[in-house]
Amino acid sequence: MAKIIAGIGSSHVPAIGAALDNGKTEEPYWKRVFSGFEKSKEWMAKTKPDVAIVVYNDHASAFSVEMIPTFALGCAAEFPPADEGWGPRPVPVVKGHPALAAHIAQSVILDEFDLTIVNKMEVDHGLTVPMNLLFGQPKDAWPCPVIPLAVNVVMYPPPTGHRCYMLGKALRRAVESYPEDLKVVIFGTGGLSHQISGPRAGLINSKWDKSFLDNLSKDPKKLTRIPHLEYMREAGAEGIEMVMWLIMRGALDDKVDEVYRFYTVPASNTAVGHIILENARKASSTRKVAGKSKRGSAGKSRQAAARKSIHRIASKGTR
Amino acid sequence: MARTQQDYDDIPGTFVFDAERSREGFGINMFCMSLMKDDNRKAFKANEAEYLKKFRLTPEQTEAVLKRDYNRMLELGGNIYFTAKLGATDGHSFQHLAAVMTGASQQDYAAMMLGGGRSVEGNRSRSGKDKSAAKAKAGAKSASKAASASKPKSKSKSKSKPKSKSSAKRK
Repeated sequence: MAKIIAGIGSSHVPAIGAALDNGKTEEPYWKRVFSGFEKSKEWMAKTKPDVAIVVYNDHASAFSVEMIPTFALGCAAEFPPADEGWGPRPVPVVKGHPALAAHIAQSVILDEFDLTIVNKMEVDHGLTVPMNLLFGQPKDAWPCPVIPLAVNVVMYPPPTGHRCYMLGKALRRAVESYPEDLKVVIFGTGGLSHQISGPRAGLINSKWDKSFLDNLSKDPKKLTRIPHLEYMREAGAEGIEMVMWLIMRGALDDKVDEVYRFYTVPASNTAVGHIILENARKASSTRKVAGKSKRGSAGKSRQAAARKSIHRIASKGTR
Repeated sequence: MARTQQDYDDIPGTFVFDAERSREGFGINMFCMSLMKDDNRKAFKANEAEYLKKFRLTPEQTEAVLKRDYNRMLELGGNIYFTAKLGATDGHSFQHLAAVMTGASQQDYAAMMLGGGRSVEGNRSRSGKDKSAAKAKAGAKSASKAASASKPKSKSKSKSKPKSKSSAKRK
Protein backbone atom coordinates (compact mmCIF):
# COMPACT_ATOMS: atom_id res chain seq x y z
CA MET A 1 0.00 0.00 0.00
CA ALA A 2 1.20 3.51 -0.76
CA LYS A 3 1.63 5.84 2.18
CA ILE A 4 2.10 9.55 2.78
CA ILE A 5 4.95 9.72 5.27
CA ALA A 6 5.73 13.41 5.52
CA GLY A 7 4.68 16.90 4.53
CA ILE A 8 6.86 19.80 3.50
CA GLY A 9 5.82 23.44 3.55
CA SER A 10 7.92 25.83 1.50
CA SER A 11 7.72 29.26 -0.05
CA HIS A 12 8.10 29.34 -3.83
CA VAL A 13 9.39 32.88 -4.42
CA PRO A 14 10.40 33.27 -8.10
CA ALA A 15 13.49 35.31 -7.20
CA ILE A 16 14.85 32.23 -5.39
CA GLY A 17 14.72 30.40 -8.71
CA ALA A 18 16.40 33.30 -10.46
CA ALA A 19 19.15 33.36 -7.82
CA LEU A 20 19.76 29.63 -8.40
CA ASP A 21 19.69 29.94 -12.18
CA ASN A 22 22.06 32.91 -12.21
CA GLY A 23 24.56 31.48 -9.75
CA LYS A 24 23.89 33.97 -6.95
CA THR A 25 23.56 31.45 -4.15
CA GLU A 26 26.80 32.51 -2.49
CA GLU A 27 25.85 36.19 -2.24
CA PRO A 28 25.17 37.03 1.41
CA TYR A 29 21.55 38.03 0.74
CA TRP A 30 20.80 34.68 -0.88
CA LYS A 31 23.06 32.61 1.32
CA ARG A 32 20.84 33.65 4.23
CA VAL A 33 17.91 32.07 2.38
CA PHE A 34 19.59 28.95 1.00
CA SER A 35 21.40 28.06 4.22
CA GLY A 36 17.99 27.42 5.73
CA PHE A 37 17.42 24.54 3.35
CA GLU A 38 20.70 22.65 3.77
CA LYS A 39 19.31 20.40 6.50
CA SER A 40 16.16 19.89 4.45
CA LYS A 41 18.12 18.59 1.50
CA GLU A 42 19.87 16.13 3.83
CA TRP A 43 16.50 15.06 5.18
CA MET A 44 15.13 14.57 1.70
CA ALA A 45 18.18 12.59 0.55
CA LYS A 46 17.70 10.31 3.53
CA THR A 47 13.94 10.03 3.16
CA LYS A 48 14.13 9.05 -0.53
CA PRO A 49 10.44 9.30 -1.43
CA ASP A 50 9.13 7.26 -4.33
CA VAL A 51 6.69 10.00 -5.34
CA ALA A 52 6.10 13.64 -4.39
CA ILE A 53 2.72 15.33 -4.62
CA VAL A 54 3.38 19.05 -5.02
CA VAL A 55 0.56 21.44 -4.20
CA TYR A 56 1.31 24.78 -5.83
CA ASN A 57 -0.22 27.52 -7.89
CA ASP A 58 0.36 28.57 -11.44
CA HIS A 59 1.26 32.23 -12.02
CA ALA A 60 -0.27 33.06 -15.40
CA SER A 61 1.96 30.45 -17.07
CA ALA A 62 -0.08 27.31 -17.81
CA PHE A 63 -3.42 28.92 -17.00
CA SER A 64 -4.33 32.41 -18.12
CA VAL A 65 -7.72 33.95 -17.35
CA GLU A 66 -9.31 31.77 -20.03
CA MET A 67 -9.71 28.89 -17.62
CA ILE A 68 -9.35 29.06 -13.86
CA PRO A 69 -9.65 25.60 -12.31
CA THR A 70 -9.85 25.58 -8.53
CA PHE A 71 -8.06 22.24 -8.17
CA ALA A 72 -6.19 20.83 -11.16
CA LEU A 73 -4.40 17.48 -10.91
CA GLY A 74 -1.48 16.84 -13.25
CA CYS A 75 -1.95 13.35 -14.69
CA ALA A 76 0.57 13.60 -17.54
CA ALA A 77 3.76 11.56 -17.93
CA GLU A 78 5.83 14.72 -17.90
CA PHE A 79 5.57 18.44 -17.24
CA PRO A 80 8.07 20.71 -19.00
CA PRO A 81 9.22 23.89 -17.22
CA ALA A 82 7.25 26.91 -18.48
CA ASP A 83 8.72 29.93 -20.21
CA GLU A 84 7.88 32.70 -17.76
CA GLY A 85 9.26 35.44 -19.95
CA TRP A 86 12.98 34.76 -19.61
CA GLY A 87 13.03 31.33 -21.23
CA PRO A 88 12.18 28.12 -19.34
CA ARG A 89 14.10 27.62 -16.09
CA PRO A 90 17.15 25.39 -16.65
CA VAL A 91 15.75 22.54 -14.57
CA PRO A 92 14.99 18.97 -15.61
CA VAL A 93 11.60 18.13 -17.09
CA VAL A 94 9.34 17.05 -14.23
CA LYS A 95 8.31 13.41 -14.66
CA GLY A 96 4.82 12.54 -13.52
CA HIS A 97 3.36 9.38 -12.09
CA PRO A 98 0.35 8.91 -14.38
CA ALA A 99 -0.79 5.65 -12.80
CA LEU A 100 -0.96 6.99 -9.25
CA ALA A 101 -2.34 10.32 -10.50
CA ALA A 102 -5.18 8.56 -12.34
CA HIS A 103 -5.92 6.54 -9.24
CA ILE A 104 -5.96 9.68 -7.11
CA ALA A 105 -8.26 11.45 -9.56
CA GLN A 106 -10.75 8.62 -9.52
CA SER A 107 -10.66 8.20 -5.77
CA VAL A 108 -10.82 11.90 -4.89
CA ILE A 109 -13.65 12.72 -7.31
CA LEU A 110 -15.75 9.88 -5.92
CA ASP A 111 -14.84 11.30 -2.52
CA GLU A 112 -16.73 14.43 -3.67
CA PHE A 113 -13.82 16.70 -4.63
CA ASP A 114 -14.41 17.71 -8.23
CA LEU A 115 -10.87 17.93 -9.54
CA THR A 116 -9.94 19.13 -13.01
CA ILE A 117 -7.80 16.56 -14.80
CA VAL A 118 -4.85 18.03 -16.70
CA ASN A 119 -3.12 15.79 -19.22
CA LYS A 120 -0.86 18.43 -20.71
CA MET A 121 0.66 21.19 -18.64
CA GLU A 122 3.81 23.21 -18.18
CA VAL A 123 4.91 23.99 -14.65
CA ASP A 124 6.34 27.29 -13.43
CA HIS A 125 8.44 28.46 -10.50
CA GLY A 126 5.56 27.71 -8.13
CA LEU A 127 6.44 24.04 -8.49
CA THR A 128 10.10 24.02 -9.49
CA VAL A 129 11.47 26.39 -6.82
CA PRO A 130 10.42 24.22 -3.86
CA MET A 131 11.76 21.19 -5.77
CA ASN A 132 15.16 22.91 -6.01
CA LEU A 133 15.10 23.85 -2.35
CA LEU A 134 14.50 20.26 -1.27
CA PHE A 135 16.15 18.22 -4.04
CA GLY A 136 18.97 20.61 -4.99
CA GLN A 137 19.87 21.24 -8.60
CA PRO A 138 20.07 17.89 -10.42
CA LYS A 139 21.25 18.24 -14.00
CA ASP A 140 19.41 15.51 -15.86
CA ALA A 141 16.51 14.26 -13.78
CA TRP A 142 14.67 14.90 -10.54
CA PRO A 143 15.14 12.06 -8.07
CA CYS A 144 11.47 11.06 -8.03
CA PRO A 145 8.27 11.41 -10.04
CA VAL A 146 5.96 14.27 -9.15
CA ILE A 147 2.20 14.71 -9.19
CA PRO A 148 1.41 18.41 -9.48
CA LEU A 149 -1.77 19.73 -7.88
CA ALA A 150 -2.40 23.28 -9.05
CA VAL A 151 -4.72 25.37 -6.89
CA ASN A 152 -6.31 28.64 -7.93
CA VAL A 153 -5.14 31.29 -5.50
CA VAL A 154 -4.81 34.00 -8.15
CA MET A 155 -8.47 34.88 -8.58
CA TYR A 156 -10.50 35.47 -5.47
CA PRO A 157 -11.92 33.39 -3.97
CA PRO A 158 -9.44 30.54 -3.65
CA PRO A 159 -10.85 27.43 -1.98
CA THR A 160 -11.33 27.90 1.76
CA GLY A 161 -8.71 26.66 4.19
CA HIS A 162 -11.18 24.09 5.46
CA ARG A 163 -11.85 22.80 1.95
CA CYS A 164 -8.11 22.50 1.37
CA TYR A 165 -7.62 20.62 4.61
CA MET A 166 -10.40 18.20 3.73
CA LEU A 167 -8.95 17.69 0.26
CA GLY A 168 -5.70 16.71 1.95
CA LYS A 169 -7.60 14.02 3.82
CA ALA A 170 -9.16 12.77 0.58
CA LEU A 171 -5.73 12.68 -1.05
CA ARG A 172 -4.46 10.58 1.78
CA ARG A 173 -7.35 8.11 1.44
CA ALA A 174 -6.61 7.94 -2.28
CA VAL A 175 -2.91 7.27 -1.78
CA GLU A 176 -3.56 4.66 0.89
CA SER A 177 -5.89 2.75 -1.40
CA TYR A 178 -3.20 2.40 -4.06
CA PRO A 179 -1.92 -1.18 -4.03
CA GLU A 180 1.76 -0.60 -4.80
CA ASP A 181 4.14 0.04 -1.90
CA LEU A 182 5.18 3.64 -2.37
CA LYS A 183 6.64 6.19 -0.01
CA VAL A 184 4.91 9.48 -0.77
CA VAL A 185 5.70 12.97 0.46
CA ILE A 186 3.44 15.96 -0.06
CA PHE A 187 4.48 19.58 -0.52
CA GLY A 188 2.38 22.59 0.36
CA THR A 189 3.95 25.65 -1.22
CA GLY A 190 3.61 29.43 -1.37
CA GLY A 191 3.60 32.18 1.22
CA LEU A 192 4.34 33.16 3.78
CA SER A 193 3.12 36.71 4.33
CA HIS A 194 3.54 38.95 1.32
CA GLN A 195 1.71 41.46 -0.78
CA ILE A 196 3.08 42.29 -4.20
CA SER A 197 0.20 44.35 -5.59
CA GLY A 198 -1.07 47.87 -5.01
CA PRO A 199 0.03 50.65 -2.67
CA ARG A 200 0.26 48.24 0.29
CA ALA A 201 2.87 46.07 -1.51
CA GLY A 202 5.76 44.98 0.69
CA LEU A 203 3.61 43.94 3.63
CA ILE A 204 5.20 41.31 5.88
CA ASN A 205 3.71 40.01 9.12
CA SER A 206 6.23 37.80 10.90
CA LYS A 207 4.13 37.47 14.01
CA TRP A 208 1.22 36.10 12.04
CA ASP A 209 3.51 33.79 10.08
CA LYS A 210 4.97 32.34 13.26
CA SER A 211 1.57 31.67 14.68
CA PHE A 212 0.57 30.02 11.39
CA LEU A 213 3.59 27.70 11.54
CA ASP A 214 2.97 26.91 15.22
CA ASN A 215 -0.63 25.99 14.56
CA LEU A 216 0.27 24.05 11.44
CA SER A 217 2.21 21.70 13.69
CA LYS A 218 0.00 21.59 16.72
CA ASP A 219 -3.51 22.71 15.92
CA PRO A 220 -4.19 22.75 12.18
CA LYS A 221 -7.94 22.67 12.72
CA LYS A 222 -7.64 26.16 14.15
CA LEU A 223 -6.11 27.30 10.87
CA THR A 224 -9.00 25.83 8.89
CA ARG A 225 -11.26 28.42 10.49
CA ILE A 226 -9.27 31.44 9.29
CA PRO A 227 -11.46 33.41 6.86
CA HIS A 228 -10.01 34.67 3.59
CA LEU A 229 -10.40 38.25 4.80
CA GLU A 230 -7.98 37.58 7.63
CA TYR A 231 -5.34 36.04 5.35
CA MET A 232 -5.46 39.09 3.08
CA ARG A 233 -5.56 41.63 5.89
CA GLU A 234 -2.85 40.04 8.03
CA ALA A 235 -0.63 38.20 5.55
CA GLY A 236 -1.14 40.35 2.45
CA ALA A 237 -3.36 40.05 -0.61
CA GLU A 238 -1.10 37.39 -2.11
CA GLY A 239 -0.42 35.77 1.26
CA ILE A 240 -3.80 34.09 0.88
CA GLU A 241 -1.95 31.36 -1.03
CA MET A 242 -1.01 29.93 2.36
CA VAL A 243 -4.27 27.96 2.20
CA MET A 244 -2.31 25.52 0.02
CA TRP A 245 -0.26 24.46 3.04
CA LEU A 246 -3.47 23.13 4.57
CA ILE A 247 -3.85 20.54 1.79
CA MET A 248 -0.46 19.20 2.78
CA ARG A 249 -1.37 19.28 6.47
CA GLY A 250 -4.71 17.55 5.91
CA ALA A 251 -2.91 14.64 4.27
CA LEU A 252 -0.91 13.97 7.46
CA ASP A 253 -1.84 12.48 10.82
CA ASP A 254 -3.55 14.76 13.34
CA LYS A 255 -0.42 14.50 15.46
CA VAL A 256 2.87 15.06 13.70
CA ASP A 257 6.50 15.62 14.60
CA GLU A 258 7.87 18.91 13.45
CA VAL A 259 11.37 17.90 12.41
CA TYR A 260 12.51 21.19 10.94
CA ARG A 261 11.53 24.82 10.56
CA PHE A 262 13.09 27.83 8.92
CA TYR A 263 11.93 31.40 8.55
CA THR A 264 13.59 34.47 7.14
CA VAL A 265 12.62 37.90 5.79
CA PRO A 266 12.84 38.81 2.98
CA ALA A 267 13.39 37.03 -0.28
CA SER A 268 12.53 39.73 -2.76
CA ASN A 269 9.07 40.86 -1.52
CA THR A 270 8.20 37.83 0.54
CA ALA A 271 8.67 36.18 3.92
CA VAL A 272 10.23 32.76 3.42
CA GLY A 273 8.79 29.97 5.51
CA HIS A 274 9.65 26.30 5.56
CA ILE A 275 8.62 23.36 7.69
CA ILE A 276 8.96 19.58 7.61
CA LEU A 277 6.35 17.48 9.37
CA GLU A 278 6.46 13.73 9.78
CA ASN A 279 3.66 11.44 10.76
CA ALA A 280 4.51 10.70 14.37
CA ARG A 281 4.57 6.93 14.21
CA LYS A 282 7.19 7.08 11.49
CA ALA A 283 9.30 9.63 13.27
CA SER A 284 11.91 7.51 14.98
CA SER A 285 13.57 6.37 11.78
CA THR A 286 14.28 9.66 10.07
CA ARG A 287 14.31 12.29 12.76
CA LYS A 288 18.07 12.62 12.99
CA VAL A 289 18.12 15.73 10.86
CA ALA A 290 16.98 17.99 13.63
CA GLY A 291 19.94 16.91 15.69
CA LYS A 292 18.22 14.36 17.86
CA SER A 293 17.43 10.73 17.52
CA LYS A 294 16.40 9.62 20.99
CA ARG A 295 13.53 7.24 21.14
CA GLY A 296 11.23 6.47 23.97
CA SER A 297 10.19 9.85 25.31
CA ALA A 298 6.88 9.83 23.54
CA GLY A 299 4.38 12.55 22.82
CA LYS A 300 4.69 16.10 23.97
CA SER A 301 8.17 16.13 25.43
CA ARG A 302 9.56 14.62 22.28
CA GLN A 303 7.90 17.26 20.18
CA ALA A 304 9.04 20.02 22.47
CA ALA A 305 12.62 18.83 22.28
CA ALA A 306 12.40 18.57 18.54
CA ARG A 307 11.12 22.11 18.35
CA LYS A 308 13.96 23.37 20.47
CA SER A 309 16.57 22.03 18.10
CA ILE A 310 14.53 23.33 15.20
CA HIS A 311 14.63 26.83 16.59
CA ARG A 312 18.34 26.57 16.95
CA ILE A 313 18.66 25.69 13.27
CA ALA A 314 16.20 28.37 12.28
CA SER A 315 18.06 31.12 14.07
CA LYS A 316 21.30 29.98 12.54
CA GLY A 317 19.75 30.39 9.15
CA THR A 318 18.56 33.93 9.62
CA ARG A 319 21.81 35.51 10.64
CA MET B 1 -22.40 49.81 -12.92
CA ALA B 2 -20.79 50.55 -9.63
CA ARG B 3 -18.75 47.85 -8.05
CA THR B 4 -20.46 45.91 -5.27
CA GLN B 5 -18.79 46.68 -1.96
CA GLN B 6 -17.03 43.72 -0.39
CA ASP B 7 -15.65 43.20 3.10
CA TYR B 8 -12.11 43.11 1.69
CA ASP B 9 -12.50 46.56 0.14
CA ASP B 10 -11.77 47.75 3.68
CA ILE B 11 -8.14 46.62 3.34
CA PRO B 12 -6.13 49.74 2.49
CA GLY B 13 -3.97 49.95 -0.62
CA THR B 14 -5.31 46.71 -2.01
CA PHE B 15 -7.31 45.77 -5.10
CA VAL B 16 -8.49 42.21 -4.66
CA PHE B 17 -8.65 40.39 -7.99
CA ASP B 18 -12.09 38.87 -7.53
CA ALA B 19 -14.54 37.35 -10.00
CA GLU B 20 -15.96 40.75 -10.88
CA ARG B 21 -12.54 42.28 -11.61
CA SER B 22 -11.60 39.11 -13.48
CA ARG B 23 -14.60 39.67 -15.77
CA GLU B 24 -13.91 43.35 -16.16
CA GLY B 25 -10.18 42.93 -16.70
CA PHE B 26 -10.24 39.99 -19.09
CA GLY B 27 -8.87 42.14 -21.93
CA ILE B 28 -6.05 43.63 -19.87
CA ASN B 29 -4.95 40.23 -18.65
CA MET B 30 -5.16 38.59 -22.06
CA PHE B 31 -3.15 41.48 -23.48
CA CYS B 32 -0.49 40.95 -20.81
CA MET B 33 -0.53 37.21 -21.46
CA SER B 34 0.16 37.88 -25.15
CA LEU B 35 3.43 39.53 -24.12
CA MET B 36 4.85 36.09 -23.35
CA LYS B 37 5.69 35.87 -27.06
CA ASP B 38 8.57 37.85 -28.43
CA ASP B 39 6.81 38.71 -31.70
CA ASN B 40 3.93 40.21 -29.75
CA ARG B 41 6.27 42.20 -27.55
CA LYS B 42 7.83 43.70 -30.65
CA ALA B 43 4.46 44.48 -32.23
CA PHE B 44 3.28 46.13 -29.02
CA LYS B 45 6.42 48.21 -28.71
CA ALA B 46 6.18 49.30 -32.35
CA ASN B 47 2.69 50.77 -31.90
CA GLU B 48 1.20 50.39 -28.45
CA ALA B 49 -2.22 51.95 -29.04
CA GLU B 50 -2.75 50.02 -32.25
CA TYR B 51 -1.73 46.73 -30.67
CA LEU B 52 -4.10 47.27 -27.74
CA LYS B 53 -7.10 47.55 -30.07
CA LYS B 54 -7.10 43.77 -30.47
CA PHE B 55 -8.04 43.31 -26.85
CA ARG B 56 -11.17 45.45 -26.64
CA LEU B 57 -10.16 47.42 -23.60
CA THR B 58 -12.28 50.26 -22.28
CA PRO B 59 -10.85 53.76 -22.86
CA GLU B 60 -9.91 53.89 -19.14
CA GLN B 61 -8.09 50.57 -19.36
CA THR B 62 -6.26 51.64 -22.52
CA GLU B 63 -5.17 54.85 -20.86
CA ALA B 64 -3.96 53.00 -17.76
CA VAL B 65 -1.86 50.65 -19.88
CA LEU B 66 -0.39 53.39 -22.06
CA LYS B 67 0.46 55.48 -19.00
CA ARG B 68 1.77 52.42 -17.13
CA ASP B 69 -0.50 53.30 -14.24
CA TYR B 70 -0.18 49.96 -12.50
CA ASN B 71 -2.52 50.66 -9.62
CA ARG B 72 -5.23 51.81 -12.01
CA MET B 73 -4.75 48.63 -14.06
CA LEU B 74 -5.35 46.60 -10.91
CA GLU B 75 -8.40 48.66 -10.06
CA LEU B 76 -9.82 48.07 -13.53
CA GLY B 77 -9.38 44.31 -13.38
CA GLY B 78 -5.74 43.66 -14.13
CA ASN B 79 -4.03 41.01 -12.03
CA ILE B 80 -0.51 41.51 -10.75
CA TYR B 81 0.84 38.22 -12.14
CA PHE B 82 -0.32 39.40 -15.56
CA THR B 83 0.58 43.09 -15.37
CA ALA B 84 4.06 42.03 -14.24
CA LYS B 85 4.55 40.75 -17.80
CA LEU B 86 4.05 44.29 -19.06
CA GLY B 87 6.69 45.48 -16.61
CA ALA B 88 9.06 42.78 -17.84
CA THR B 89 8.39 43.83 -21.44
CA ASP B 90 9.51 47.33 -20.44
CA GLY B 91 12.65 45.77 -19.00
CA HIS B 92 11.78 46.44 -15.37
CA SER B 93 12.41 44.16 -12.42
CA PHE B 94 9.47 43.20 -10.29
CA GLN B 95 10.80 45.23 -7.42
CA HIS B 96 10.72 48.28 -9.66
CA LEU B 97 7.00 47.70 -10.26
CA ALA B 98 6.35 47.17 -6.59
CA ALA B 99 8.09 50.43 -5.79
CA VAL B 100 6.06 52.26 -8.45
CA MET B 101 2.80 50.92 -7.03
CA THR B 102 3.72 52.03 -3.54
CA GLY B 103 4.90 55.46 -4.66
CA ALA B 104 8.40 54.89 -3.29
CA SER B 105 11.76 54.95 -5.02
CA GLN B 106 13.11 51.52 -5.76
CA GLN B 107 15.95 52.16 -3.35
CA ASP B 108 13.59 53.05 -0.52
CA TYR B 109 11.35 50.12 -1.28
CA ALA B 110 14.28 47.69 -1.27
CA ALA B 111 15.47 49.17 2.02
CA MET B 112 12.01 48.71 3.52
CA MET B 113 12.01 45.03 2.52
CA LEU B 114 15.47 44.49 3.98
CA GLY B 115 14.25 46.14 7.15
CA GLY B 116 11.52 43.52 7.51
CA GLY B 117 8.91 44.81 5.09
CA ARG B 118 5.89 47.04 5.54
CA SER B 119 4.41 46.68 8.98
CA VAL B 120 0.84 45.51 9.22
CA GLU B 121 0.28 47.94 12.09
CA GLY B 122 -1.80 50.79 10.78
CA ASN B 123 -2.27 48.98 7.48
CA ARG B 124 -5.06 46.60 8.32
CA SER B 125 -8.18 48.57 7.77
CA ARG B 126 -9.51 51.76 6.22
CA SER B 127 -12.39 52.01 8.63
CA GLY B 128 -10.58 50.74 11.71
CA LYS B 129 -13.53 48.44 12.22
CA ASP B 130 -11.72 45.18 11.63
CA LYS B 131 -11.52 42.76 14.50
CA SER B 132 -7.79 42.80 15.05
CA ALA B 133 -7.67 46.61 15.08
CA ALA B 134 -10.52 46.60 17.56
CA LYS B 135 -8.68 44.08 19.68
CA ALA B 136 -5.55 46.18 19.66
CA LYS B 137 -7.60 49.17 20.73
CA ALA B 138 -9.19 47.29 23.58
CA GLY B 139 -5.75 46.20 24.70
CA ALA B 140 -4.52 49.77 24.55
CA LYS B 141 -6.74 50.69 27.46
CA SER B 142 -4.99 48.34 29.81
CA ALA B 143 -1.49 48.26 28.40
CA SER B 144 0.40 51.07 26.76
CA LYS B 145 2.36 48.45 24.85
CA ALA B 146 -0.58 47.75 22.61
CA ALA B 147 -1.19 51.41 21.90
CA SER B 148 1.42 51.59 19.21
CA ALA B 149 -0.17 48.61 17.55
CA SER B 150 -3.31 50.48 16.59
CA LYS B 151 -1.44 53.54 15.41
CA PRO B 152 0.00 53.99 11.99
CA LYS B 153 3.64 53.85 11.06
CA SER B 154 5.00 57.04 12.58
CA LYS B 155 4.59 55.80 16.08
CA SER B 156 5.80 52.26 15.60
CA LYS B 157 8.79 53.65 13.80
CA SER B 158 9.90 55.48 16.89
CA LYS B 159 9.91 52.13 18.63
CA SER B 160 12.03 50.78 15.78
CA LYS B 161 9.71 47.84 15.54
CA PRO B 162 9.71 47.24 11.82
CA LYS B 163 13.48 47.16 11.73
CA SER B 164 13.79 44.37 14.22
CA LYS B 165 11.93 42.14 11.79
CA SER B 166 14.91 41.63 9.56
CA SER B 167 16.17 39.06 12.00
CA ALA B 168 12.72 37.62 12.26
CA LYS B 169 13.53 34.43 14.05
CA ARG B 170 16.47 35.21 16.26
CA LYS B 171 15.29 33.78 19.52
